[in-house]
Amino acid sequence: MTGTLRRIGAVMLRHWYLIAGSWPRFLDLCYWPMVQMILWGFIQTFMAQQSSFFAQAAGLLLAGVMLWDVLFRGQISLAISFFEEVYSRNLGHLLATPLTIGEYMAALMTVSLVRTVVGLFPATLFAIWFFGFSVYSLGIALVAFFLSLIAFGWAIGLFVAGLVMRYGLGAESFAWAFIFALAPLAGVYYPISILPSWVQLLSAAIPASYVFEGMRAVLIDHTVRVDLMMAGAALNIVWLAAGIAGFLIFHRQARERGMLLQVGE
Amino acid sequence: MDALVNPIRDASEAIVVENLAKRYRDVVAVDGITFAVPHGSFTALLGGNGAGKTTTIAMMLGLVLPTAGRIVILGRDFATHGKSLLALMNFQSPYADLPRRLTVRQNLKIYARLYGVSAVKERIANLARELDLEALLDRPLGELSAGQRTRASLAKAFINRPRVVLLDEPTASLDPDTADWVRAFLSRYAKEAGATFLIASHNMLEVERLCDRVLMMKLGRIVDSGSPKELLAKYGRTNLEDVFLDVARRGPLEVAK
Repeated sequence: MTGTLRRIGAVMLRHWYLIAGSWPRFLDLCYWPMVQMILWGFIQTFMAQQSSFFAQAAGLLLAGVMLWDVLFRGQISLAISFFEEVYSRNLGHLLATPLTIGEYMAALMTVSLVRTVVGLFPATLFAIWFFGFSVYSLGIALVAFFLSLIAFGWAIGLFVAGLVMRYGLGAESFAWAFIFALAPLAGVYYPISILPSWVQLLSAAIPASYVFEGMRAVLIDHTVRVDLMMAGAALNIVWLAAGIAGFLIFHRQARERGMLLQVGE
Repeated sequence: MDALVNPIRDASEAIVVENLAKRYRDVVAVDGITFAVPHGSFTALLGGNGAGKTTTIAMMLGLVLPTAGRIVILGRDFATHGKSLLALMNFQSPYADLPRRLTVRQNLKIYARLYGVSAVKERIANLARELDLEALLDRPLGELSAGQRTRASLAKAFINRPRVVLLDEPTASLDPDTADWVRAFLSRYAKEAGATFLIASHNMLEVERLCDRVLMMKLGRIVDSGSPKELLAKYGRTNLEDVFLDVARRGPLEVAK
């Protein structure tokens, strides 16, 4: 166990050195969540002036954008942390050490968690100061929402990282494509009920849908929907298992095809 | 041809490779090779491009899955004890780089942790002294010359005091003076640590100077083997480069006859 933690720590240290040694990289972590929050904050302000619904459900759009960023940052941080090894042709070195593939996945998830928290925290503080909305007003439900969204982000991130390991950097664009394809289905800014019924079936398979429905329940009805959280958690187990399985299968295929020393070229 | 390399499955062998093969669909990269490397020896894999040297080394590191065959290192089957064996091994290859935005020291610290090295500061200081990296330790790898990066890569390859070292073209980008100096380091390390080296190289001088034994590879097969002296005598040549050219152009002596 000590060895496992030490090796996971070594991968985290690698990413800490990378970010700490490059202020553009550090700024990039916080920049986009801040820009998104400011944009949607003004839209929220405008909507509140025009509509009593938005005036009463203060922060609906801001909470949506910040929670969406948990999913997006969780996924992209994991994928980019993996891509860094591919860009630097370090993957062969890394995977020929005692670091197991399970430890490597755990390290990627931990790095993603840290990057997501560091990236989003300043935006949440800015939202309190500038728009008078605190995402922390969601209370204990915020913890459940956060865990559910980041776990789903990891599932997609692992699958995308596996794709790049197997097919090379040509598959890199899936890191962005996958997640944005899910946004309309997840009901970030609107209830799932407005979607066509057959699309609602797709939404029902996405853990994030339950989070955003739950978020609206807290902000509009002031109720915590435990049933939605449980359904999202159950789906996350399935998705995360699929993401891990995908990463392992692609890793094996990459070894079979001799990709681990060549990926990145 | 297997008789030429005659693997002996006893405690004196650090590496035993049996009928190792790698096929990529129709392409045969490694074609059922068998060899053994005694403890504390230097063995060279010599062959042209596409001979299968890098694939062989990659299979011994678990980076490529063999299609068939078996690898036994330090008495343990790599297929079942790969990760524990990798703690006792290390490698350097032109196909793998270290992150260039990180300094040499940062890279070495990370790999020291991955390999579970104790007294990391002292180990890095010793390696820096041995490989003349002291002045470069706090510079990003990307700012170093190719030769300096190769030395940093070698420092990573020895960070865990490996008992088995796999090197792919270790002195390819070094000037003759530095290359000679690195070879002296490798010899010194082998003597001090009793380590076993398997080196893929095109540098005949290097092979002649360092290696006790040479495995000549062509089209995924070991086509000849012996000590540098034995091969020179067998082919009636004065240097290994001519032996290499004979094998590459005409095939091994048995075939040439």
